[in-house]
Amino acid sequence: MRLVAENLSCERGGRRVFSDLALTLEAGRALAVTGPNGVGKSSLLRVLAGLVQPASGEVRVEDGDPELSAGEHCHYYGHLDALKPALTVLENLAFWTAFLAPGRTGAQWQPMTPIEALEALGIDHAGDLPAAYLSAGQRRRLALARLLVVARPVWLLDEPTSALDAASEARLGQLMSAHLAAGGMIVAATHQKMPLADVGTLRLEAPA
Amino acid sequence: MSGWMGALFLRELRLSLRVGGGALIGVLFFLAVITVIPFGVGPDLNLLALIGPAVLWIGALLATLLGLDRLFQADRDDGSLDLMLMSGRPLEVLVLVKCLAHWAGTGLPLVLAAPVLSIFLNLEPLAIGAVALTLLAGTPALTLIGAIGAALTVSLRRGGLLLAVLVVPFSIPVLIFGVSASGAAVTEPTPFMTPFLLLCALTLISAVVGPVAAAMALRFSSD
Repeated sequence: MRLVAENLSCERGGRRVFSDLALTLEAGRALAVTGPNGVGKSSLLRVLAGLVQPASGEVRVEDGDPELSAGEHCHYYGHLDALKPALTVLENLAFWTAFLAPGRTGAQWQPMTPIEALEALGIDHAGDLPAAYLSAGQRRRLALARLLVVARPVWLLDEPTSALDAASEARLGQLMSAHLAAGGMIVAATHQKMPLADVGTLRLEAPA
Repeated sequence: MSGWMGALFLRELRLSLRVGGGALIGVLFFLAVITVIPFGVGPDLNLLALIGPAVLWIGALLATLLGLDRLFQADRDDGSLDLMLMSGRPLEVLVLVKCLAHWAGTGLPLVLAAPVLSIFLNLEPLAIGAVALTLLAGTPALTLIGAIGAALTVSLRRGGLLLAVLVVPFSIPVLIFGVSASGAAVTEPTPFMTPFLLLCALTLISAVVGPVAAAMALRFSSD
């Protein structure tokens, strides 16, 4: 399975953000999208997720499920956490589990149960707490748990390490490595070094 | 009902019933509108009974409008709408489920409160029953039509007023048939069933048009 984008151009608010961008990502590979602020890293992720229509070009997942669009192969982990403060941590996670399921099935794709995912991210003690009481880092971790409970081959991560402490960052690195080892793919927009051994880099430059 | 719809319905219902949800606000607003009417109109009991059904219907319409602006905006603000749009779930069905849950959380309490509030307006028992029945049949249409306005104004800050301006003209037919059916129940010889069936038809039509139009608006809202 691989993620292919060809000839991608994106316009936001009448302004050309990037044009003629191509990328190919093989199974088990990670790609870090870097570049200065405002250069279009988040826009690229949103185009890959299918949330923004590209001005030209296309995104496709080869050897994936032919009935799903490229975006439906993806988990999108953006700046917003998609959490409801009035619901408890487990209610939030259980909703996304039921809403997004079933994910990719197969021997190597083993989704965690919500409890396991919370344990893996170290917030299982907060399961019955309303999400309103979580700290910023805990909210990010709860949002990450969504990626673990439903298996999807492509993770699109926008600033995945923001608001995370060192220990959580290390945990995230392990989870990403496990995802890659299972044949997953990761595209991450980041300013930090990714906590992974082998990462390709796509550097976006502002148009001259 | 398959799993994701049930999960969505439960989530929406929980959110409307918990802190910051819209369920109680709608009923309290309804209560406020209905209780001030007798003071404004004066102690003419016959006049109150005459305008009672219309007052209840207008109160229900305004109370429904009150909570609608957050129908999609809350999900947009916290990023949930993005995930829903890219999940591949049929957006029309998603909107319909959200509307049903929103109605169960905010519209149904209005229907249940209406018989109690009718007493303020000196309605006779038959008229109370008729108003409650027409509200039960008609308020879902208000929510479903309102969903179109909510989807169109989803990206606007403080779009609530614009939503009301957009939605009110389209809810006029619902109001007309709702009030005329309630009135017909107590005045001979006008038939009750004719306007009531038209009201039910309006609800069924908006159950199709509302989700389709709202889903279309939501698809264009993402950027």
